[in-house]
Amino acid sequence: MELTRRDAAAALAAIGATGGVALGVRRATDDRGRPGDGEADAAWDGEGAPDDEAVREAMTAAARVLYPEEVSGIDAFVDRFLDGRLDGSAHAEGVRAAVAEVESAARSWYDAPVAELSAAERDDLLRELGADTAEEDPGGTAAERVRFFVVNELLLALYSSPTGGELVGIENPQGYAGGAESYQEGPR
Amino acid sequence: MSGAESVGDGRSGAEGGAGEEVDRTPVPDADVCVVGAGPAGALVADRLAGDRDVVVLDAGPRFDPADRLARQERAIRPFYGRPDVWGVGGARDAHENAGDWFYPLNHARVKGVGGSTLHWQGMVMRLHEDDFNSGTERGVGPDWPIDYADLRPYYAEAEKELGVAGASDNPYAPPREEPHPMPAFEPSYSDSLFAEACEELGIDMHSVPNARNSEPYDDRSPCVGYGTCQPVCPSGAKYDATVHVERAEEKGATVVDRAPVERLEHDGDDRVTAAVYATPDGERHRQEADAFVVAAGGVETPRLLLLSASDRYPDGLANGSGHVGEFFMDHLFAGAGGTLDEETRQNHVGFYTSACDQFYDEADAEQAPFKLEFFNYAGPSPVEMALTGDDWGDPLLERLRDGYGNHIAMGGLVEQAPRADSRITLADDRTDDRGNPVPQMEWTVGDRALDTIERANEIQVEILEELGADVEWVAGPDATGPAYHHMGTTRMSDDPDSGVVDADCRTHDLDNCWIASSSVFPTSGAMNPTLTIAALALRVADDVDARLSEGT
Repeated sequence: MELTRRDAAAALAAIGATGGVALGVRRATDDRGRPGDGEADAAWDGEGAPDDEAVREAMTAAARVLYPEEVSGIDAFVDRFLDGRLDGSAHAEGVRAAVAEVESAARSWYDAPVAELSAAERDDLLRELGADTAEEDPGGTAAERVRFFVVNELLLALYSSPTGGELVGIENPQGYAGGAESYQEGPR
Repeated sequence: MSGAESVGDGRSGAEGGAGEEVDRTPVPDADVCVVGAGPAGALVADRLAGDRDVVVLDAGPRFDPADRLARQERAIRPFYGRPDVWGVGGARDAHENAGDWFYPLNHARVKGVGGSTLHWQGMVMRLHEDDFNSGTERGVGPDWPIDYADLRPYYAEAEKELGVAGASDNPYAPPREEPHPMPAFEPSYSDSLFAEACEELGIDMHSVPNARNSEPYDDRSPCVGYGTCQPVCPSGAKYDATVHVERAEEKGATVVDRAPVERLEHDGDDRVTAAVYATPDGERHRQEADAFVVAAGGVETPRLLLLSASDRYPDGLANGSGHVGEFFMDHLFAGAGGTLDEETRQNHVGFYTSACDQFYDEADAEQAPFKLEFFNYAGPSPVEMALTGDDWGDPLLERLRDGYGNHIAMGGLVEQAPRADSRITLADDRTDDRGNPVPQMEWTVGDRALDTIERANEIQVEILEELGADVEWVAGPDATGPAYHHMGTTRMSDDPDSGVVDADCRTHDLDNCWIASSSVFPTSGAMNPTLTIAALALRVADDVDARLSEGT
């Protein structure tokens, strides 16, 4: 199943981000190579707070292991979702800080940015950070913050979208304003 | 909107700061002071505001409507508890539990403009005729000093004010003259599964009235299926009391937020003279008015009266009867659920569309009235489920597919009979952020309610088994909990020795003080209380208006 522009808009709507406006503006960076294609952002060297492009690349790389195999369109989906989420809010700063934690670990333990790791390495990295067993907490330990701002951020985006819901068998998942008709309909 | 209240990432207690420029000084020459901006206070204020100078004081903040989607995120994400969604908690909302049963008070209320309608589910039924005469008809509790007929026109008005989607297909409902303002929501797919089983068993299903727009109404959206009705509706399709707060303000009423009323003062003529309230800057003010309406819910209303003790009323204001705080009631939950070997289509919406009142009026001294609900939100929500666990990728998707799709469940509410030892008092040694004693909950439930839960469970399990369900859980007497309906703590009575307010909801002791709240319910019935709260509030407003006109 392919994640679409509508899915990104729905995911943003579920959390009240300002992506409805942002999605109307096509970013110049949309057309360039995406993480995983061997083109990590050269503008950020792993020190200090990552810029938006570094956040996008790391989050997209994470999404590729967090999302199931049968989902496509991940790059554009995450990119568009972050258009609305990286909005200068405290939450956006939390995402940046958590991505910095992930990048720092990647460079220390694997000598490479997250986007340049293999899928297995990215999976291992997130688990070695403790983000698999940690409970989300925006003010907690590094593992809990990565769980909140990276892992659950991306899982919330996917599974509150119509395509993410349909993967599970519910075309109107909680958080998606899918109307008041689907609950009346039988199995499809 | 003040805009000071924020929904940041951290857990919140009482939200908002003191720095914003908002005039919270008293309104001069006010006719009516309303304490509380929940549904009762909002309706009273709106009804009176056109002709009277009305001021409303609320302990909590105004919530920015633009934050509702962010609150929805809080409702979904596992880090946040229910009190975090609307900023309940912290020293402002501290409380004690001392009864046989624990009462999760801060899960059960929202403090702020709109009150608990911000997090309610929006089910709005009229009480049955016998609910007003429980002592005579069922041998339990006192009769109300009013009958269904007294409230019937106000019920119709309340349905229009709130915007109720319903149908006249319930043969057990009390009589009504006119249809609901909006058509009922269509039954759910799982309702159709239940219908087959209920037909086999001779059990009637019918629609259930929702304070939720099934079509555009009152300049608000129809339901768009966010599925998080309880605790937050981002679309505005579900009624909340900000509707009437804003309408009252448009008519000239003044609403002061973050202004907890700490005591009511009275004069030697048994008239309330002022509401003393605090503001975020640490100041205290006196709001004077000709009439006062206390609409602070079933817990804070008795607390305020008890905090207002004086030499003349040493046991608390309006407490000549000694009953302020007593007879605290809630509805008890009875439920059962399990799984089927087929899809049940749950969690598309957060409300239910069918109910059963068939057994309600079998009630007597041994069996309480109860109603049954056919859930549309049984089992886990996939999006919430995805945010917990130690898996992701394909294993997570497999877990979600295994966990979602075939759950089915029923709920029900059971009446709790009033008893004096179920009560709200003031804690001896714990105070809130203003130094005032916090409410102490002593919630005690009798055997009649517990036995009735078992009866409800029997029917629920019978229906589920007829469906072919594998029944996996039963919420019986040992696993029940409250429905977050606070009732009974300033009961209505004709006899000043037996209750706190008279049939007009005016306090027996103070001529210019009314109480608009489910706290005046002498008995609770088993129907969700808000429509009755609304009907009584409209009636209170008419009485206040009439007495102000008469100068009494």
